[in-house]
Amino acid sequence: MSSIWIILTGALIASSCAFLGCFLILRRMAMLGDAISHSILPGIVIAFLVSGSRDPLPMFIGAAVFGLLCTIIIQLLRNQGVQADAAMSVSFTALFSIGIILISLFTQQVDLDLDCVLYGEIAYVPYDTWTWHGIDMGPRAMWGAGAAFLLSLIIVRLFYKQFKLTSFDPALAMAIGIPVAVFHYLLMGLVSITTVASFESVGAILVVAMLIVPAATAYLLTERLGVMLGLSVLIGTLCSICGYFLSVVLDASIAGCMTMVAGGLFALAFLFSPHQGVVTRWWIRKKLRTQI
Amino acid sequence: MLELFRDANALWVLAGTTLLGISSGVLGSFAFLRKRGLMGDVLAHSALPGICLAFLFTGSKNPLWLLIGATLTGLLASLFLSWITRFSKIKEDTALGLVLSTFFGFGIVLLTQIQHSDFGNQAGLDKFLFGQSASLVGTDVVMMGSIAFILILLVSLFFKELKLLCFDANYGKSLGFPMVGLDFFLMLLLVVAVVIGLQAAGVVLMASLLITPAATARYWTERLDHMIIISACIGALSGLVGTILSSVATKLSTGPLIVLAVTILFFISMFCAPKRGLIAKWLRLIQTRQKVRQEQIYQAWNQLGTQTTTLTALSEQSNLSPAQIRRWLNQKKRGGQVVEGSPDTFTLSSTSWKEASDTALLGLYMEMWHMYEDIETDCSIQDIEQLSDLPESLRAQLQYYLQKHISEEDQAKTYHSMKKVGIEL
Repeated sequence: MSSIWIILTGALIASSCAFLGCFLILRRMAMLGDAISHSILPGIVIAFLVSGSRDPLPMFIGAAVFGLLCTIIIQLLRNQGVQADAAMSVSFTALFSIGIILISLFTQQVDLDLDCVLYGEIAYVPYDTWTWHGIDMGPRAMWGAGAAFLLSLIIVRLFYKQFKLTSFDPALAMAIGIPVAVFHYLLMGLVSITTVASFESVGAILVVAMLIVPAATAYLLTERLGVMLGLSVLIGTLCSICGYFLSVVLDASIAGCMTMVAGGLFALAFLFSPHQGVVTRWWIRKKLRTQI
Repeated sequence: MLELFRDANALWVLAGTTLLGISSGVLGSFAFLRKRGLMGDVLAHSALPGICLAFLFTGSKNPLWLLIGATLTGLLASLFLSWITRFSKIKEDTALGLVLSTFFGFGIVLLTQIQHSDFGNQAGLDKFLFGQSASLVGTDVVMMGSIAFILILLVSLFFKELKLLCFDANYGKSLGFPMVGLDFFLMLLLVVAVVIGLQAAGVVLMASLLITPAATARYWTERLDHMIIISACIGALSGLVGTILSSVATKLSTGPLIVLAVTILFFISMFCAPKRGLIAKWLRLIQTRQKVRQEQIYQAWNQLGTQTTTLTALSEQSNLSPAQIRRWLNQKKRGGQVVEGSPDTFTLSSTSWKEASDTALLGLYMEMWHMYEDIETDCSIQDIEQLSDLPESLRAQLQYYLQKHISEEDQAKTYHSMKKVGIEL
């Protein structure tokens, strides 16, 4: 039973990350997931110090606030003419360091495992269950990831046209009166919430991987946004299932194996994608040459 | 504080972090200019599988082997990065994240395998990534220092080529420089700089030390050689400050303090740098705004044609609000250039009246200059601030075009008025 819970949680996390990752890739902000997942550390520590417990809700709020704060700082710096990559690394490294300093200042009060934040351990997910009216509803992390996924699905479905246009042609979107900044921050908010809901169980690195790799794979396979969104969710789910079984075989970290599977799928798409693969293009060129 | 300088071990740490700041400051400048600032983050993460593989093959935790392993996977990561961007439509930022997470995921798989299987002496492998500068010993620092020295030497030897690579790679190619090879060479230097820092500083600190000093230095200068020196100094300074602070407040670890020090330096530069800083830009904006306001009002006053005029007339002529004009008039009244007669009626002093007509004339000349391209002159249009800046020959040409333009305009006006009353031409 526990393996089904792990696969299901992993699939939900991978799907919700991959879904939003498509928009990040199209907006050329792929590294934002990395920045957000590092910068939520001070939020978690502060929430822990204020609430004095390991309750998930205050931690969730603290982390989401700092995730959003990080994107706001990045945007402010970019508006002041700072190069995009510099704006990103300056803000997330500073916030992460503040988090570490806070942890070392309040070592006695804070019982947070730094390794756990970065690596995460999805194998423990089934033991932290949510009981509702005395009924065991399954792992809490699964419900969190599911809720985040549902929220993104609803919001993106509602404003699909606007998200599409602001991702592909922000200048046109602005010209016809779509509030580009509002949709930017809406997306950032969704990414923050999804990152925060996922990282506790799978670690920051898997969140970054799932935000980028399945979406990039889907990007190579299609030229339509709708298809890309569907494909990336499918690939994310596949990564979760294959990654789990690979981890059983190799006796290694589940999150790491899921990332490896995602990387492998990307490599396949990179080489053999029907229109854009390196090998397929080479093959088409060779066929053309013999025809001529 | 003084104790720090008596303690030999602490001195080693201090020397180590300072050297680290210098080498990453120098190489970070190139990474920054190539818009590869996030490269430090990627290389630092992709060192993990290299470290694990080196441990698996050699079975020892000798830092030299671990460094070699980390360098190899770092190079592999940067190769993948350039392949992905070159052979597919995937953009740079996506490729960065992709390589980072896949390599780190692979590293975690290896790490957990090592931990689960019975390798014995594996504890502390992951510490290599989080960094522990407090534990630096003499031999570590000597190794770091000599590698850093070689890196800086190589950069100064190939300075011209690297400069070309950063600013105009295509031009370099046309000159016959092997640009792809040079790019790989720069990557190699970057990988080594990140890897020697990892042990002392950890992943996040290396990501920060590689880019923030360079971004800070960019505020102070427009020259590459100056930028590299400033960036090295900022790296060294933040290394020093971070280490000293952490020795004063013993609870705090060095790495995050160095990051905070360098971030604070960045923000100070962002606001206070003389030319590119925000405060300087803001002051310049105010100055320009005042100058434009003055030109607008002078032109309006000149078009009204009288030295004495009313506020409402000025406001209508110039399309500025009465409040804006009132503010300007009050400022000039204090300087004595404007005298207020009866309420809301103002007289311009004769020198200012001359200045107003000059400004208006210069405005017309400038319009001519923009309109006619065949004006012959050596001076650039940006250098002209006032009427006396115009050389005589240029002024004569502009005057000629202006008169021609005015007469054409007059002709057109007469033509239209004649048509209106129905006279056939």
